[in-house]
Amino acid sequence: MLSFEEFLNLEQPYGLNKLEKNKLLTQRLLDLTRLHKDNCLEYARMLESVNFDFNKVNSYKDLPFLPVRLFKELNLKSVADENIFKTMTSSGTTGQAVSKIFLDKLTASNQQKALVKIVSSFTGSGRMPMIIIDCPSVIKNRLMFSARGAGILGFAIFGAKSIYALDDEMNLNLEAIREFLDKFRDKKILLFGFTFMIWQHFYKALKNNNLKLDLSNGILIHGGGWKKLLNEAVSPEEFNKRLEDVCGIKSVHNYYGMVEQTGSVYMECECGHLHASNFSDIIIRRAFDFKECAIGEKGIIQVLSSIPESYPGHSLLTEDEGILLGEDDCPCGRMGKYFKVLGRMQKAEIRGCSDTYAASFK
Amino acid sequence: MANLENLEKYNNAFCESLETQPDKLAGLKYQDIEAWDSVGHMRLIAAIEEAFDIMMETDDIIDLSSYEHGKEILSQKYDVEF
Repeated sequence: MLSFEEFLNLEQPYGLNKLEKNKLLTQRLLDLTRLHKDNCLEYARMLESVNFDFNKVNSYKDLPFLPVRLFKELNLKSVADENIFKTMTSSGTTGQAVSKIFLDKLTASNQQKALVKIVSSFTGSGRMPMIIIDCPSVIKNRLMFSARGAGILGFAIFGAKSIYALDDEMNLNLEAIREFLDKFRDKKILLFGFTFMIWQHFYKALKNNNLKLDLSNGILIHGGGWKKLLNEAVSPEEFNKRLEDVCGIKSVHNYYGMVEQTGSVYMECECGHLHASNFSDIIIRRAFDFKECAIGEKGIIQVLSSIPESYPGHSLLTEDEGILLGEDDCPCGRMGKYFKVLGRMQKAEIRGCSDTYAASFK
Repeated sequence: MANLENLEKYNNAFCESLETQPDKLAGLKYQDIEAWDSVGHMRLIAAIEEAFDIMMETDDIIDLSSYEHGKEILSQKYDVEF
């Protein structure tokens, strides 16, 4: 079986061109499909029910995909119970079923390693003083990790001397932030948070009180969904501009990711495009026949990740719509596909750390 | 020559962040005890960095998977003598 180490040993996290990537990813994803077939009974039955034939796979594009919501309905895992050391849950609004993702040590460790490779391409390899724009209580329940807690923890490795910008009532802790900024005056600062929380509890708190902070040295990474902000007619461009108005921040990177494929996130580059790294890929599919869309054509996003070994989540159909913008030719210089996420499909339930939190806000 | 002061600082960082006792540190590995999970790990790193006034690289943070290996990393890459 092709080891995940092969991917980690690649020099650049965005270095593979279309041909190289197709070769490596097809081999790894086929191996994963076999692994899950042999170790997860439900998965094996699903393959059987679609008459899946390994011999007919020429590329990872031919692999079957599971709908993400299946992880809410079934406990899908490919490891023995005693080897599960962490269960991650998706962020569901009250009353919603949540996804359960079972991790063993290897998969959890590979998630973190992939994330480090990907994010370092944007932040550099050095760690930075870090402000987490959330409240400290989100990482309290350690055995059942919410997607929000897992996201924060995954990114916390890039920070040093981290502080939380919000208290447990979601009030901005202005004094602590000012003290922090004073202490690291000339340093590059990393900020991390979920899109809606940054808007609601950071941006609005500053704006409504006519306060300003100097984060012109900062780099902000945020994710979790745009739904609520789009309802408020805040576009990504507007979001960036308004944030810059209150704190001078210029380097802002959104990311697209989900708890079902933690680690292999899709980061937004300097040109505003989301990028697939060496570790994963997306395929945009037409809603009516699941054929692959052309560049520029709207469709449903399928995500493929080379990481998951403890649960059969290496090929999933999301409930998000997106558009492929191009491949191997983004002006930022990174190889691989780059794309845009349009949002949740009509009638799909609300998901995402930012969006589910926002749903409780009327 | 053994540097007992550094060893004590190192042990304290473990005991305080992972809520354990000095006599339980030998052979301790990541995820052996409930407190040394991913949350505990980041607390441990913060405590070690604070104790020795260093900033570790991300690769070393991931690599620090046992009590003994942590000492090797610190002495080889961060000039902390034990």
